[in-house]
Amino acid sequence: MALEQPPKKQLEKATKVKRILIAAALLAMYVWTFVSIDIDFGRVIERASDNFARVIPRLFSPNWDMAGEVIEMMIETIFIAYVGSLAAAILAVPLGFLAAQNISNSKIVSTFGKWVLSAVRAFPEIVLAILFVVVVGPTPFAGILAIAIGSTGMLGKLYAEVLESIDMNVVEAMKANGSNTIQIMFHGIIPQIIPEFLSYAIYRFEVDVRASTILGYVGAGGIGTMIFFAQSSRNWSDMGMILLVIIVVVTIIDYGSSYIRKRIV
Amino acid sequence: MKKMVKQMNKPSIQEDRYAPMLSPWRVKAKITLIFFIILGILFFSSLQTGVDFQALVSGLSNMNQIFVKLFPPDPAIISTAMDSLFETIHMAVIASTFATIIVIPVSLLAARNLATNLFVYNITRFILNILRTIPDVVLAVIFVGLFGIGVFGGIVALFVFSLGILAKLISETVESIDMDPVEAMRASGANSIQAIAFGVVPQVLPQFTSFSLYVFELNIRASVVIGLVGAGGIGNLLMQQFSFYNYDAVMMIIIIIFVVVVIIEYISGKIREAII
Repeated sequence: MALEQPPKKQLEKATKVKRILIAAALLAMYVWTFVSIDIDFGRVIERASDNFARVIPRLFSPNWDMAGEVIEMMIETIFIAYVGSLAAAILAVPLGFLAAQNISNSKIVSTFGKWVLSAVRAFPEIVLAILFVVVVGPTPFAGILAIAIGSTGMLGKLYAEVLESIDMNVVEAMKANGSNTIQIMFHGIIPQIIPEFLSYAIYRFEVDVRASTILGYVGAGGIGTMIFFAQSSRNWSDMGMILLVIIVVVTIIDYGSSYIRKRIV
Repeated sequence: MKKMVKQMNKPSIQEDRYAPMLSPWRVKAKITLIFFIILGILFFSSLQTGVDFQALVSGLSNMNQIFVKLFPPDPAIISTAMDSLFETIHMAVIASTFATIIVIPVSLLAARNLATNLFVYNITRFILNILRTIPDVVLAVIFVGLFGIGVFGGIVALFVFSLGILAKLISETVESIDMDPVEAMRASGANSIQAIAFGVVPQVLPQFTSFSLYVFELNIRASVVIGLVGAGGIGNLLMQQFSFYNYDAVMMIIIIIFVVVVIIEYISGKIREAII
């Protein structure tokens, strides 16, 4: 039985040209990438076959003697993430209010606030950590500052989005009844935003724990320091232990945080 | 019946968030307690990590010195930085491309509504969850250790890193699709491949493209970071200059990274807005 297909949709000429241009741009990008990337496969295979027996089995047989030390450093990492994300949760509030257009009531201010926040977000945490290691020296405090600044960008953006989605009728009604700004703030705005703000702050703590595991690599404290030493001495069973602790702790924190967030919202 | 009426009239906080709280002092006590616990942990962890605002203040008041250290950015590094920047972008492109290809079968296996074999579904989910807890830098350390210093280890690390994120996002999208077309196709005799190609793919394609671009953005940032551990690209150069205490060059590289990240995020954000 010959079934007839429905006729194909006619594309507009502009769409066709656009698609061809996009395809050409993509093709050019891939050609550029694969022509100029410099991978010496012979060396890679040689290295991999040399190292495989040295790296993989040791990675899966963690060095349990290190467990105490690794856990201690992991706790320091969690402290860094905690202080950093708490500081960010507070710092981000004024910035979030600035960037929310319905609160700041001015397009210029809110655009400016959004620009500041996205500028902050563009720095990877570890780059911030390098900057703060230069400023305050190689201590966990540098890591805290890096986490605090890095998360402020993200949290401020999320806060601004929450603020822009609140019910403004309440605020208007209060204004019409003669409330002043502080009263509106405490009875009109804050009750609406508290659950979301808390939930985002806790989520950010979860992200920060992951982020702060690597800060020590540039000297900013935490378990990253041990990653650095394990890498430079090629001690893969230490690395296995570190990895195991990171996976377990991050998983626990993820579950705890999503449990609390479900309760809040 | 009487019981039901009683239950119906009972105000419930869960249903109405503006309902008056049933026992104000109890809620207040609870909130105060939580507040003090948070403060207590803050105090304790500040002590443990040696929060030292004096260091910050003296660091900031020594701003002069730092500016001398970091500024002016050294323009001599630009041409070298550009080469490694392109390397970084190439790494991100290759890793994202392979991740988007491999993620298709993986995300189908990890979607509850399509998985026919619960065992495979749970195993896939478990492995993906573990993968996502490993920080990108640790992945890079392992693969650089395995494949030697250079671009290849970095690409593999980025690939694994983005596979974990992408598989989660896309399998969640697949789980939220409308299953009626798929069922209708099954009922009229389509096999699994046909049902997926004509029932699932059209529904997830916009999100799929958008998430792939998002992962490309993430990969650009991540490839900067993993370069620090010897996986090639601009991060490698940054770490080199940092360990030579060559802070002028460090600042220049940071500025370049900043500009590139902003540009790529802007373009990718515009494209994603247009798609969805």
